[in-house]
Amino acid sequence: MTSVKAGKTKKQQASKVEGGREVVEQDLITVYIMGKAYEVPADATIMGAIEYAGHQIIRGAGCREGYCGACATIYRLPGDYKIRTGLACMTMVEEGMTLAQIPSVPAEKAIYDIEKLKPNVTAIQEMYPSVFRCVACATCTRSCPQGLQVMDYVQAAKRGDIAQVMDLSFDCVVCGLCMLRCPAEITQPLMGIMAKRLYGRYLRKDSPELAERVKAVEEGAYNAEYAELMSMNREDLSKRYYARDSE
Amino acid sequence: MYPDYMAESLRKVAQTRPKRLELARKPDPVYPPMNAEERLKVLEGFHPDYEPSARRPVRVGPNRGETLTTEVSDLLESHSWLRSEQVDLENPDFETDLLIIGGGGAGCNAALVAMKEHGMRSIIATKLRMGDANTMMSQGGMQAAVSRTDSPTRHYLDAIGGGHFENKPELVRALTEDGPGVVKWLEDLGVVWDKQQDGSMKVMHGGGTSRKRMLSCRDYTGAMIMRTLMDEVRNHPDMIDIKEFMPAVELIMDDKGRCAGAILYSMDSEEFFTVKAKSTIIATGGYGRLHIRGYDTTNHYGATGDGLVMAYRAGAKLMYMDSVQYHPTGVSFPEQIAGFLVTEAIRGAGGQPLNKDGELFVFPREPRDIEASAIIRECAQNGGGIETPSGRVGVWLDSPLIDMLHGEGYTDKHFPAMYRQFIRYGIDITKLPMLIYPSLHYQNGGIEINERCETDLPGLYVAGEASGGLHGRNRLMGNSVLDYNVFGRRAGRYAGEYAKTVKLGKLSLAHIDDYEKELADSGVKSDLVTPVLLPSYAPKDVKKRQLVRGKNTLPGSSVLQNRLFDERPDA
Repeated sequence: MTSVKAGKTKKQQASKVEGGREVVEQDLITVYIMGKAYEVPADATIMGAIEYAGHQIIRGAGCREGYCGACATIYRLPGDYKIRTGLACMTMVEEGMTLAQIPSVPAEKAIYDIEKLKPNVTAIQEMYPSVFRCVACATCTRSCPQGLQVMDYVQAAKRGDIAQVMDLSFDCVVCGLCMLRCPAEITQPLMGIMAKRLYGRYLRKDSPELAERVKAVEEGAYNAEYAELMSMNREDLSKRYYARDSE
Repeated sequence: MYPDYMAESLRKVAQTRPKRLELARKPDPVYPPMNAEERLKVLEGFHPDYEPSARRPVRVGPNRGETLTTEVSDLLESHSWLRSEQVDLENPDFETDLLIIGGGGAGCNAALVAMKEHGMRSIIATKLRMGDANTMMSQGGMQAAVSRTDSPTRHYLDAIGGGHFENKPELVRALTEDGPGVVKWLEDLGVVWDKQQDGSMKVMHGGGTSRKRMLSCRDYTGAMIMRTLMDEVRNHPDMIDIKEFMPAVELIMDDKGRCAGAILYSMDSEEFFTVKAKSTIIATGGYGRLHIRGYDTTNHYGATGDGLVMAYRAGAKLMYMDSVQYHPTGVSFPEQIAGFLVTEAIRGAGGQPLNKDGELFVFPREPRDIEASAIIRECAQNGGGIETPSGRVGVWLDSPLIDMLHGEGYTDKHFPAMYRQFIRYGIDITKLPMLIYPSLHYQNGGIEINERCETDLPGLYVAGEASGGLHGRNRLMGNSVLDYNVFGRRAGRYAGEYAKTVKLGKLSLAHIDDYEKELADSGVKSDLVTPVLLPSYAPKDVKKRQLVRGKNTLPGSSVLQNRLFDERPDA
């Protein structure tokens, strides 16, 4: 398609795309990108289709692998009233799909000092009070392209259950689709980030050996070993390396 | 789902699995690791860097005459977006203590440390959104020597051996010695590390590790770190000014040869802005979107090596820019996700690469260049690969072993992103193997730095993937996540310290005129304008129609005209 082939030489690619588009072996379907019809490969992702149509995406593409949330997209299918949601890099086009990207969802991030918050319901109340407007309609959950139980973590936030918010929102990519669809206008992903930070900062179990190791480094416990390794020539270092034991 | 013709091969994988599971349960390696000679042989025979056209001498700049990756030489032998006489340097649009170019992990760390340790203000200028960076995408983990059986010096030995003993020792020491402190720094900012019941860190193996040292946040490690750092940066709007969709296109120097800021380009309005800064940090990441040797990449959309060319034009030397990292396990099928990263942690947790007969052909945890070369050899020489319907090739990565080794539900719990990635296409990785092939992953070299992140140019600091020397010619898994944290922090510390005392002279862009002259004197003919900023994935015929516009080879105007890969004659 429009991307580069893995593990193939340029020559092979060139022969494949010679003379224009690779239409030979591709089924084309019609999709409507912001209302305008384009013929695109039937097996394309939405992002692939937009680029195949010749658009240079500036907003609306980031990691292109489902981690960054830059490519939130809403679409409808023919004969279906439902608004559907997806990440453009992960969602396949369908015949007659009409789509628009939503690369940015307006939302206000709370400004806070993590050292002055406590991992409880008060933090949620003070920083993201809109959470308490939740009417438990589950539109957020239905709109999540990651398949997360968004409403459940909003409910957990209302109870001050920071650990559960952390767990349920862990895989959130902050695409913003839930907060766009939410009738109560909650900013779920932003609250989720704060809750994860509160968990990591305050509710984690401390690792005793981590503290010991940090202290040992500060005290210079490895200075002599480093000095020895750094003074070794390549041959001796190589011997030491290949002779090392493995866990 | 896999096409029907792969069923026979899949049956063989299932058939050999019980025996391989037994092997995996024993303490010995499931396949003999290579010695030094075997490593060299597979590299020279099959690593893409060793193909005859993979490298060529660069004809201009500080590394003139040195043999570099061909696409990097192309990138460096290029024209500026700017003509110096048209830029007003007398009245900068913005002034700041630190200009940080790049809003990924390294840039955020630098801004926070410069603020906390020195009270310095920063501008973070970034091409796309904050966090649109390879940092966001790292799945498997971060190396740091935190367990009792491990030590920072052992980490040092693993890293330097993995880099074929070419790493700059003082950088490896900084990396490994700062490692445990970085774990704590991130944890105190609120990163949720995977842990054991008793609170000790969960550690796994990666390629080339002799101790379990890989720390993780499920398989969203980078996303967790990135979102935490970004959130903290955004908690200080009075100290850290974020400029999104504003990549730098040239550095500014002063009349004493010190770096003094950069020219930014607004992706929205196509304007240029001048930033005067006491010190400048390049944290622009790598170059996967140059699609070196036609490979797919695991990298984010903006990974076009911008920092390299800006620093090079200003006179900073590059190191190890003849070495490209291909991740051993990129996706080969389904086509829609081809080239995407399959985290090395899959092998760390017991996943095994297999040929079409379901047989092991390499130790699953060799350093990356060795593992990738062995996979290419298995396909190219031994005929052990499986061809996909679109003509790609791949070998199996047997993921169902993971639940068998660690208990049902393990994959679901620890690799939710991987599971999600494949189940969209009807492939359940707890029941079926993944089809993989090496994918362009990492810029091993970069702008040469010392352990203070200093370059040849006073006032110019570099951190993260844009820098060179730390990893030698091959980086190990999990050392890049540690890299951008360790050196991002160091860059903030030392650039912040420097910014306190420096008194800048008259600003200058003379270096871009000098560079242009050198290009002409060297007989370089190129229509390339850099930084590339974004790749274009428009089909050929669309591009032809786009290029009908007049003067399409001149620098300036629009990002649409910037084309590296597709428009070269042999592309």
